[in-house]
Amino acid sequence: MEINITINGSDHASDVEPRTLLVDHIRRTVGLTGTHVGCDTTSCGACTVLMDGTPVKACTVLAAQADGSEVTTVEGLKGADGLHPIQSAFTDDHGLQCGFCTPGMMLVGASLIAENPDPSDDDVRWAISGNLCRCTGYINIVKAIQTAAARVAESSNGS
Amino acid sequence: MFPSRFDLVVAQTVAEAVEAKVDAGEGGRFLAGGQSLIPMMKMRVAFPETLIDINRIAGLDAIERSNGHLQVGALVRHADVVASDATFGAVAAAAPWVADPLVRNRGTMCGSVAHCDPEGDWNSVLLATGADVIAQGPSGERSISIADFVDGAFTSTLGEDELVVGLRIPVPSGRSGGAYLKLERKIGDYATVAVASHLELDDSGAIAAAGLALTSVNPINTKVADAEVLLVGQQPSEELFAEAAELAAAAAEPRDDVRGTAAWKRQVVRTYTKRGLAAAAQQAEGS
Repeated sequence: MEINITINGSDHASDVEPRTLLVDHIRRTVGLTGTHVGCDTTSCGACTVLMDGTPVKACTVLAAQADGSEVTTVEGLKGADGLHPIQSAFTDDHGLQCGFCTPGMMLVGASLIAENPDPSDDDVRWAISGNLCRCTGYINIVKAIQTAAARVAESSNGS
Repeated sequence: MFPSRFDLVVAQTVAEAVEAKVDAGEGGRFLAGGQSLIPMMKMRVAFPETLIDINRIAGLDAIERSNGHLQVGALVRHADVVASDATFGAVAAAAPWVADPLVRNRGTMCGSVAHCDPEGDWNSVLLATGADVIAQGPSGERSISIADFVDGAFTSTLGEDELVVGLRIPVPSGRSGGAYLKLERKIGDYATVAVASHLELDDSGAIAAAGLALTSVNPINTKVADAEVLLVGQQPSEELFAEAAELAAAAAEPRDDVRGTAAWKRQVVRTYTKRGLAAAAQQAEGS
């Protein structure tokens, strides 16, 4: 079936089988491999993408269900002026070890700080509770998301 | 992993969805949030020949109070329930404990109810609050009380061609409170044990209506009717709640599994019933 998904601002029209999962469509058809497949059973959140701004597990959404929507993957976080604050904060705060969960963590983090400019430790932990880090590097992930929030708040206060 | 082949029908109206289900027959399944169905299809536990996607149907995404009820449409996601101001008591208490934040963004309350997973949270909440399931089939709409709806593990009394279009949960008119206490190994896991409680108080402070239901300790979500009968007409007290907790523990027949031993789970039922009823009473007294 014919679908058209806007991925990171570009339209991608394709003919897909109804059973194609959104994550496979993004990785194989569109060729964006930043979105990871971890557990493939709706548990780990490595495949997280934003669908019309809302974080979802792309291994549990059919590509056909995303027809007409706007999807943001980790590749879409970077803007014209460089890395997204969440990306630079993950770099600065060592928010990743092996990096496998990182795309999902960053997208959930970006979505959280868009809604809550000053998230507490508990707010962040609650928001990322559907994303697993098997390196168990949660402390720096939480710290990085808070750093990103503080930087975003600071730059919007300054402007 | 990916599902076996199927035809996809994207329905634009409820009538269209029901018609597609009639055409598809036994091989047809409705798809809402898909957070249980898609994993089951990927594991080839479910292999529908036709999937009828209801996500594009307009008008099913409202959660609102109307005529003394909380009405929940078929496309209301768990996250919408968490965010809603219209909820109360056990419904509000349970919503943040369903699955994990990402699954809540996609999965629907009605879908979870229709799925009838005995380890699912919502059916216990609906049993405790006395809700109705609204189903639409080829011959029109009907209302099914949740106690009649839940028929067994993954089995409801929904007709072959009926779609759950909404839920109707009675909103107490007087003082009321509720709780949903869930023990889980980690966020996103099924409940090891969960207890839904609901209390309504009359002007004298006595219990006018009570609801109590258990998750994950029986082959289906279980309403503890004898405890509800015991509670009604009594003044809330620790002793009363302890007595109700004994009835709840007796109604639970948990099994030994990776989440714990049967004896321990039964003890958790006892403790969570006491705590849940006390929390419900406290909320009702302050309301």
